[in-house]
Amino acid sequence: MSAVAMALQDGWVVAKRNLTKIKRIPDLLIFSTIQPIMFVLLFAYVFGYAIPTQGVNYREYLMPGIFVQTVAFGAGITAIGLAEDLQKGMVDRFRSLPMSRAAVLIGRTTSDLLNNVFVVTVMSLTGLIVGWRIHTDIGRALLGYVLLLTFAYAMSWISAYIGLSVKSVEVAQSAGFIWMFPLTFLSNAFVPTGNMPTFLRTVAEWNPISSMVLSLRDLWGNAGQERGTGLPAEHPYLLACGWIALILVIFVPLAISRYREAASR
Amino acid sequence: MNAIRAEGLVKHYGEVRALDGLDLTVPEGTVLGLLGPNGAGKTTSVRIITTLLKPDSGHIEVNGIDVLRHPDQVRRIIGVSGQYAAVDEYLTGHENLEMIGRLYHLGKRKARARAEELLERFNLTDAAKRTVKTYSGGMRRRLDLAGALVISPPVIVLDEPTTGLDPRSRLGMWDVISERVRAGATLLLTTQYLEEADQLADNIVVIDHGRAIAQGTPDELKREVGGERLEVTLGSRAEAQSAQEILTKVCASEAIIDEAAHRVHAPVTRGSWALIEAVRQFDAAGIEPVDIGIHRASLDDVFMKLTGQAPAEPSTEQEVAA
Ligand SMILES: Nc1ncnc2c1ncn2[C@@H]1O[C@H](COP(=O)(O)OP(=O)(O)O)[C@@H](O)[C@H]1O
Ligand SMILES: [Mg+2]
Repeated sequence: MSAVAMALQDGWVVAKRNLTKIKRIPDLLIFSTIQPIMFVLLFAYVFGYAIPTQGVNYREYLMPGIFVQTVAFGAGITAIGLAEDLQKGMVDRFRSLPMSRAAVLIGRTTSDLLNNVFVVTVMSLTGLIVGWRIHTDIGRALLGYVLLLTFAYAMSWISAYIGLSVKSVEVAQSAGFIWMFPLTFLSNAFVPTGNMPTFLRTVAEWNPISSMVLSLRDLWGNAGQERGTGLPAEHPYLLACGWIALILVIFVPLAISRYREAASR
Repeated sequence: MNAIRAEGLVKHYGEVRALDGLDLTVPEGTVLGLLGPNGAGKTTSVRIITTLLKPDSGHIEVNGIDVLRHPDQVRRIIGVSGQYAAVDEYLTGHENLEMIGRLYHLGKRKARARAEELLERFNLTDAAKRTVKTYSGGMRRRLDLAGALVISPPVIVLDEPTTGLDPRSRLGMWDVISERVRAGATLLLTTQYLEEADQLADNIVVIDHGRAIAQGTPDELKREVGGERLEVTLGSRAEAQSAQEILTKVCASEAIIDEAAHRVHAPVTRGSWALIEAVRQFDAAGIEPVDIGIHRASLDDVFMKLTGQAPAEPSTEQEVAA
């Protein structure tokens, strides 16, 4: 069996194991959708009247932002899952087996991706209820979802690296998420960047989150007139794909090498 | 041929020298008992042998394969059960074993069949379809050990497999372990109990502070530290002196008397036979012991003898991680 075939086969065994846990404790899934739903409702009804967006209804403008933020946070659970496996000795068990060295990570990121697919579905329905619509064609609509989930998958690998580094569930619960607040808020996800001071504005425009959000707005026809300046505004797809590739190229090998030497204590 | 051969293993954790030049050899088809108190370096050795940890220096081979250079090949021939059961709480017992089988690349059908066999062997069939969350500590331990035996590996490494088990489960565990050895497997097991090493091991290495401080067969070691002894406490000094004569005869070895405590003891080899014989002769002589019994040399005795001091206070790690 080739190394890639083995990684995929073993990875799927591990992914199924992770999904079994969700099946046994469905509350996990339910709670992972409550926060995003709350965000959609709060932003739509509280900020919706205060944040001016030209050329587009705020709820339409908002949804791609919340989608990107939600899958980023959803990827954060990868850190918790791996830290738990490490803490409970499961990683030791896996590491003593003749399985692919990438399988535990492939399995974990895959099951977390499927979790994110569910969350995105629930959010899309919530969005439709508050008045969000996709105004383009089915092809571009789907392309948007594919881009969103690919980004989620890449973020999972950053999270995997964090989970294997901190080694404890309690720490992973915060370390896996805090950095996502500046990352997602310092962007065009919730407010147009036009009114930010120059420095912040530059950071926000080059933020991968902003490229993702702008891409989705374009693909779904939710973009307003104000889209920032320079390269990030002109080539959101290019930047979004570039960021995703960069994250994967850096964090896949980094996480795997962490796993190879991971020890439970 | 040696199934396990380690030379000069050294491992530091920061300032702590967990292993300090440890050598181990386990001939194929034999059982090595690695005996030592908490913190002696047993788990560290096991983790190095099972590819989980790299030593700072030293050489290690399993079935002739260099563990540091070809860990993947080693993983294909070893079965491992760590100090703390590593089983997935959210899966059932059956699912746990099937998953391990799949990860050994047995294929779905074979992995399932093997899981059933093992559950049966470890008396877990009734609990096979329950999630491990509902299992007792002993059941988890058994399931973890079953996980080590999924491929009937030629080399088995078990870290304190019976610590925390009740006496009956411990006996059951000994049974299963001996069965694997009779089938030809090589076994390295760590333990804090001399009795367990005595029962299961062909050879024992006693370690302390990461170094071997004694090794030999259980008999050699027990001879060195006194092994089992028959001990009698009497009501008076006169009775104690008569008892000394009887015990010397029964045990075929000079009995030692503690006159102040009215206590007499002598080393024995066939403990229960000697006990019955002594009681019979005391009765005939009209001596009524206050207390009589067989005392096994414990790890503490071994340490007392070998190092002149009791083992260092057990570290607290044991309780925390359980
Ligand atoms: N991850 C670790 N970090 C720091 N010290 C450790 C670690 N693991 C073990 N030690 C120390 O190394 C020594 C040997 O530990 P260990 O191999 O677990 O002993 P045993 O299994 O015989 O109880 C002890 O002093 C222990 O505290
Ligand atoms: Mg230990």
